[in-house]
Amino acid sequence: MKNKKIFENVVHGVFLILGLITVGCVLLITVYLFAAGIPAIREIGLFPFLFGKTWESTSADPSYGILPFILTSIYGTAGAMILGVPIGFLTAVYLSKLAPKRVKAAVGAAVSLLAGIPSVVYGLVGMLVLVPGIRKLFHLADGASLLAAIIVLAVMVLPSIIKVSITALDAVPEEYEYASLALGATPIETYFKVSVPAAKSGIAAAVVLGIGRAIGEAMAVMMVSGNVANMPGLFESVRFLTTAVASEMSYSSGLQRQALFSIALVLFLFIMLINGVLNLLLKGKKEA
Amino acid sequence: MSDIVTVENMCLWYGEHQALKNITIKIPQKSITAFIGPSGCGKSTFLKSLNRMNDLIQGVKITGDVKYNGKNIYDPSVDVNELRREIGMVFQKPNPFPMSIYDNIAYGPRTHGIRNKAKLDEIVEQSLKDAAIWEEVKDRLKKNALGLSGGQQQRICIARALAVKPKVLLMDEPTSALDPISTSKIEELTVKLKEEYTIIIVTHNMQQAVRISDQTAFFLLGELVEYGNTETLFSTPKDQRTEDYITGRFG
Ligand SMILES: Nc1ncnc2c1ncn2[C@@H]1O[C@H](COP(=O)(O)OP(=O)(O)OP(=O)(O)O)[C@@H](O)[C@H]1O
Ligand SMILES: [Mg+2]
Repeated sequence: MKNKKIFENVVHGVFLILGLITVGCVLLITVYLFAAGIPAIREIGLFPFLFGKTWESTSADPSYGILPFILTSIYGTAGAMILGVPIGFLTAVYLSKLAPKRVKAAVGAAVSLLAGIPSVVYGLVGMLVLVPGIRKLFHLADGASLLAAIIVLAVMVLPSIIKVSITALDAVPEEYEYASLALGATPIETYFKVSVPAAKSGIAAAVVLGIGRAIGEAMAVMMVSGNVANMPGLFESVRFLTTAVASEMSYSSGLQRQALFSIALVLFLFIMLINGVLNLLLKGKKEA
Repeated sequence: MSDIVTVENMCLWYGEHQALKNITIKIPQKSITAFIGPSGCGKSTFLKSLNRMNDLIQGVKITGDVKYNGKNIYDPSVDVNELRREIGMVFQKPNPFPMSIYDNIAYGPRTHGIRNKAKLDEIVEQSLKDAAIWEEVKDRLKKNALGLSGGQQQRICIARALAVKPKVLLMDEPTSALDPISTSKIEELTVKLKEEYTIIIVTHNMQQAVRISDQTAFFLLGELVEYGNTETLFSTPKDQRTEDYITGRFG
């Protein structure tokens, strides 16, 4: 009896420690990022850092303005959403409500596969197919551009948008749909006027998840965006918050290195914000 | 009184399983017809075949004639959506949409093209009044319908069905999930509604059938055993099986 109790307590303890490991990691990263990111911002000044338009970290008179990165990340993510959300959403409605079982299974498998492809492969295909394609199509000197990155990101966010939306749409009780059909609404009317609104918080969560995925992506966009610190333009070579950190970290030193940490901090804050929104949406879903 | 729904020699299969056998029945308009019978005898199946909700189930096969106002509803030329607008349905479990009370009632009319706000307001108010729930909800039309009690939700569903101005109302055990007070409210309501609508109601509650219906149909194992005036059927059943069922000897 006593042994059993001790065993219970030990197991409890082990679970607690395992749980704390995760929390500990998050805390550690947060504390470290703030500690490492703040000094450079202090030195450069918050305003010139966030809103400076030039990033010349290696020139004799360096300038550390990250507005180009912030805007590129925002535009890139927004562009990916403009392309990816309608496609992903409509695909989800089709697969959840309209598609025959076999089509649903086949497309579902393809979507899972898409989710499993490593981002470097997306980058590679983008580099070999998309970049030259854009160069030819728009008669540019170089096809590596924000547009190429947007297209790659749009494809990359599709799986999460589709899967989470399908889960939300599948969870809509059939009774709602029957009620609508029994009133003389057509199936399509029913899906868009009843099922989609009933699943709206789940679909919104899917979109936010996609935004998080897009803003945090580094490897694939680095390979197709040209990686130059320009202010963003659709056909411009650009650099994202993520790639700004990744591309200079290996050879950086001093204030430059510290400024890279500050960029990481800004990125982290973006992600925190997105997560906060996601939690709000999911909470709203539970209460509804 | 003329018959609004007439069914002749109708059979229905779910795949290999025959759920309805040679059903022949005539349902007079502006009256209440009750379907009774033990669980699994095909009452819901038959009810759903009257507004073609069975179309949504794969592998259903139907033979024979199901006529509404003299026209076969399974004819390829029939517009199913129009048919379902005219033959409305109230389900066993109250199923209001997760939207405001107003939007629930306005859903059907909007679907059928009514956009005018004043017109919609009028339909919503009239439907809620007809479903005897206007007084309870008139101050919270913008509130979510899921916040109402089960009995109120069911009357919202009735109001929603009435809002598209159907001719026939199919009700599948509309009170089985409700408390006695809500049940008697809905019973009163159906009796009032038969002045304007034809009502067909499935019920497990034989007292309910006696209280409200004009005709009763007794189903057993996919067959229509006996059909006729409710009082006659319950006082002097012609078929031994009917008598056994209504006296509680089986079922
Ligand atoms: N979707 C379906 N697929 C296959 N068989 C079905 C389906 N729905 C009903 N059945 C079968 O058809 C028969 C009649 O079912 P139905 O639901 O019409 O009975 P019911 O009289 O309404 O019963 P209850 O009183 O329990 O509601 C049953 O044997 C049932 O198993
Ligand atoms: Mg039933």
